[in-house]
Amino acid sequence: MNAPRNHKRTVTTLILGCVLMFGFGFALVPLYDVFCRVTGLNGKVELVPAHPEKLGQVDKTRQVKLQLVAVNNETMPWRFKPENSIVELSPGEMYQTAYIARNLTSGFMIAQAVPSVSPSEAAPYLNKINCFCFERQPLLAQEEKAMPLVLSVDPELPKHIHTITLSYTLFDITPESEQVAAIGGGSLR
Amino acid sequence: MNSTVAATHHHGPASGIGRWLFTTNHKDIGTLYLWFSFIMFLTGGCMALLIRAELFQPGLQLIQPDFFNQMTTMHGLIMVFGAVMPAFVGLANWMIPMMVGAPDMALPRMNNWSFWILPFAFSMMLLTLFMEGGAPNFGWTFYAPLSTTYAPPSVTYFIFAVHMMGISSIMGAINIIATILNLRAPGMTLMKMPLFVWTWLITAFLLIAVMPVLAGVVTMMLMDIHFGTSFFNAAGGGDPVLFQHIFWFFGHPEVYIMILPAFGIVSEIIPTFARKRLFGYASMVYATASIAILSFVVWAHHMFTVGLPLAGELFFMFATMLIAVPTGVKVFNWVATMFRGSMTFETPMLFALAFVVLFTIGGFSGLMLAIAPVDFQYHDTYFVVAHFHYVLVPGAVFAIMAGAYYWLPKWCGNYYNETMGKVHFWCSFIGVNITFFPMHFIGLAGMPRRIPDYALQFADFNAVATVGAFIFGFSQLIFLYNVISCIRKGKQASAEVWEGSHGLEWTIPSPAPYHSFSEPPQVK
Repeated sequence: MNAPRNHKRTVTTLILGCVLMFGFGFALVPLYDVFCRVTGLNGKVELVPAHPEKLGQVDKTRQVKLQLVAVNNETMPWRFKPENSIVELSPGEMYQTAYIARNLTSGFMIAQAVPSVSPSEAAPYLNKINCFCFERQPLLAQEEKAMPLVLSVDPELPKHIHTITLSYTLFDITPESEQVAAIGGGSLR
Repeated sequence: MNSTVAATHHHGPASGIGRWLFTTNHKDIGTLYLWFSFIMFLTGGCMALLIRAELFQPGLQLIQPDFFNQMTTMHGLIMVFGAVMPAFVGLANWMIPMMVGAPDMALPRMNNWSFWILPFAFSMMLLTLFMEGGAPNFGWTFYAPLSTTYAPPSVTYFIFAVHMMGISSIMGAINIIATILNLRAPGMTLMKMPLFVWTWLITAFLLIAVMPVLAGVVTMMLMDIHFGTSFFNAAGGGDPVLFQHIFWFFGHPEVYIMILPAFGIVSEIIPTFARKRLFGYASMVYATASIAILSFVVWAHHMFTVGLPLAGELFFMFATMLIAVPTGVKVFNWVATMFRGSMTFETPMLFALAFVVLFTIGGFSGLMLAIAPVDFQYHDTYFVVAHFHYVLVPGAVFAIMAGAYYWLPKWCGNYYNETMGKVHFWCSFIGVNITFFPMHFIGLAGMPRRIPDYALQFADFNAVATVGAFIFGFSQLIFLYNVISCIRKGKQASAEVWEGSHGLEWTIPSPAPYHSFSEPPQVK
């Protein structure tokens, strides 16, 4: 019997399998993003600006209702609201609006907005030409700012979609060191 | 010590504690695994009883919500990784070499390692209960960011404990595959292997495929917590839903890791006590393999409510329902094996029969949960708790007990006390149903899981469930007493042990000698 040599081959193959599966676990992170981008599932929106010249013809025959939503992630103390919460626009039409943010604390803070589109089927048809979500948003104590948003709905949008909801969640991403300085400089709220 | 071990190595066990610390004998290691798993079963069981005691009445009586959360988390982790999985590995260690006609496991030294990692892993996990901030309290599924941003400091110890359990399982799986593939006796072709061996071979491949993914996901948690990465942190560009996808990519095959060996045990026991050959052997093998393959494409049915697109919900709903087909084949084969058999109802058979009936109930509630639109109602309620306890307690745990009673005379050479075994069975059977059946009702009525308090209308069913839990819990002491007294003395068992037994393990004397099949048997 040549069992020992067989063992060596079996064990090597199986260990290799384990290593591959460990790698696959990590590979799932980008794969998952790629999958969402390709299929437009999960309402994941690309954080890169669309080119204005790539927009199609304005489709005057129909109107799409766009709902703009602002959500504060828990413990995020800013006031955060859309300028207009509901607009009607034609596909292809360029639309400019803003979200108003105010840092209600007495310290410097940095925020990051993360967008989400519902229904997720509409996500690939919502072109953001300029969005405050492309950058981090620093605000001084009590500072208020209108954060710009320029977008357009692709005329290719499937006919059965009449309403699109664009939601932004605002996260506090102030680095620890800055937070300590803010607390040291006075009460936070 | 060393000289004694060396001198007695080829004859019998070493004496004293060294026998257990340094053993490379598959029977000794199997025994260690089984005792370890029983201790963990009682530990996790005490936690379950604490949870049920708190839920006996609405309001907070015994424990605070944070400690309640620690109890649900630890109960789940200990039962899954400490009780059920090691028990199956223990049975595999004892039985697989004897069933395939091998002298021992393929890699005996690694076998010693894979067991002795476990006590350390679980000591580390249990010690988190005494740390500042308490033990992990985020549920056994440890969803991020609850288990990263909002976790107690002890989460790091939890992560290392999971790593160690994973390494132990992977080593165990490698050993089992190598034994089955390379050490079968001449003439023992794959399609002649007993079903317990087949189900374990497939389970071991599942372990190789998914335990590394679990290691990966806890490593990502570790990096999010300590090294500033943002795998699961939305503010940094990560995605909390990603955690659930990766976790359940491990978690769903894990569910089958905990049930396939149980299928194998039941497929050994029912033919013995029905005194017939197993009906549809080949279809059993193919059904097991298809369940294992399907388990990789159904994971998102645990996350119907996270906002999956419609296409995803439909795919995972139908893929999940497809699993009912091979499972149905198995249940059909078990029933057909019993059909017109001359059945007797010894304790192992009683547990195996209860397995078939109650596991099927658990399977049906699983089908109900698989229906995506209604899952929105059932999600995170006691209906889910009822479902997975039906498949795990009267499913996996009953099968382990059936296997323990079935092979106990082979292990220690004496029969256990049959009357006591039957008392144990009936107490467990009644206790399990009183505990978990009412949970279906309170779940459908909307009682959420993992919450220490509940609305008044759920009070009666919760009180009933608690009574059942205590009956089930304390009846396990009968089992403990029965096993210990069986090891000490009892009616001498013959080599065949059971009238209808068949297979290589019943050709060697009872108790099985320390070294069996040093010369490979010839299988015709």
